[in-house]
Amino acid sequence: MRLRLISQLLYPLAGVVLIIVVWILACWFFNIPTVVLPSPDKVLRSLVIRSDLLMSEGWITLKETLYGFVLALVVGLPLAVAIANSRPLNLMFYPLLIALQSVPKVALAPMILVWLGTGLESKLAIVWLVAFFPIIVDTAAGLRATPKELLELAHSLNASPLQIFLKVQLPAALPFIVTGAKVAITLAVIGAVIGEFIGSSEGLGFLLLSATSQLDTPLAFAALFALSVLGIFAYALVGAGERMMAPWLPPAPARH
Amino acid sequence: MAFGVIRNVRKVFQVDELGSTALEPVVALDDASFQFDEGDLVALLGPSGCGKTTLLRIVGGLIAKSAGSVAIDGREITRPMGDYGFVFQAPSLMPWRNVLDNVLFPMEILRKNDAAARRHALELLDLVGLTAFLSARPHQLSGGMQQRVALCRALIHRPRLLLMDEPFGALDELTRMDMNDLLLRIRHETRASVLFVTHSISEAVYLSDKVVVFSKRPARVAKEIPVPLAYPRSQKVRFTAAFTNAERIASEALGVIAPAAEEAAAP
Repeated sequence: MRLRLISQLLYPLAGVVLIIVVWILACWFFNIPTVVLPSPDKVLRSLVIRSDLLMSEGWITLKETLYGFVLALVVGLPLAVAIANSRPLNLMFYPLLIALQSVPKVALAPMILVWLGTGLESKLAIVWLVAFFPIIVDTAAGLRATPKELLELAHSLNASPLQIFLKVQLPAALPFIVTGAKVAITLAVIGAVIGEFIGSSEGLGFLLLSATSQLDTPLAFAALFALSVLGIFAYALVGAGERMMAPWLPPAPARH
Repeated sequence: MAFGVIRNVRKVFQVDELGSTALEPVVALDDASFQFDEGDLVALLGPSGCGKTTLLRIVGGLIAKSAGSVAIDGREITRPMGDYGFVFQAPSLMPWRNVLDNVLFPMEILRKNDAAARRHALELLDLVGLTAFLSARPHQLSGGMQQRVALCRALIHRPRLLLMDEPFGALDELTRMDMNDLLLRIRHETRASVLFVTHSISEAVYLSDKVVVFSKRPARVAKEIPVPLAYPRSQKVRFTAAFTNAERIASEALGVIAPAAEEAAAP
């Protein structure tokens, strides 16, 4: 137990400390200007001094991320059910979805900005676009991967389509849905930042951009740090959702 | 009239039923006819892929036959009747349910998941020796234990007919023998009729009142072999003359060995 605690906590911590030490030494040894690479203490000072700004901008980016992600879930899940259960719909759209999944959706961001302006709407659209595909593709794949025997068993008992969906297909697809949601939330953060890069007057992406243009590199690094925390927090939210559904999920080793 | 009457059943899978790789229709079952009485345990024996599984699914109402008739207890089967039990080759348990809830699944579908159903589930799990594993998840059980859970699930709604598709085919021989004895005990207590698909000659003979031997695809009934052994049976019957004789007749029908008469005639 004690050994596990050491390996689970101390080793990762030691890794972080080592990187920071190398960072400090590099800044000092090569005499790197702050504009190029600020030393960790300057980033830390910027984090503390500008914490209000980071929090308020971070809150905006978090909202964009989560709203867009929820929108992707709300639209993606029912569409996935429709595609998985209807042969014509599946034949029409599934190959298209797979093809579109490999298209870099952020490339559409400039056009979305033209269509929807620089407000929240365009960010939501970009986040939705990047988060939607992993959710719908993984959910549809999960629903279609329901073991044939379980479906036959349900049919042999004259189960209704609703019973089959709720008691067999949906629980069988849940691990796939969780996997899709985890990919989607990671992409959602990226989508929100890209949206802010391209046209926005607020959010961490905007702050990062403006800090860089004003050569305030410590603030840019602080924004980067805040963005990482935000990404981890958003991912942890999905993780918490996964743990809430744990009774319906197979154990971790069997899942992948 | 017999409880189960299977007459001239034929099944041709059309190209669109087979998926995109098939180029022409496949005759899975050419002409199958046999009868069985209520409470009989009938083994359907034949080489792999000979269509016996297809016949089992037709009897269960899961797939439509192309020609012929299947009547169970006077009812022509055209769709699932809801009162048959199914056991598949893989245990096919739901990984998100524990053992007890897996067994109760059919009762939920039939909207009869009450206290009586729960009592019956506990009885069945006791019968197969899994009382200590009620709240275990399937992945925590061995293959044989999982198949015992599947057996309980198939019996929970007191089916009149149990359809078993090579249920013990993936188990090691000793576990399989245990499961065979367990099945005979369960069958004795529940009085259910059983159709049991297998490709093991000795399993077919050991379990059944009657072995129906199928030829290679497209399958036809090659021979019906009554097994003249009284129940309850124990593993000792495997070493009796009647047992080995039935095994020999089945082997001949399958073409594994040449018929005795021909052997005698050969120089």
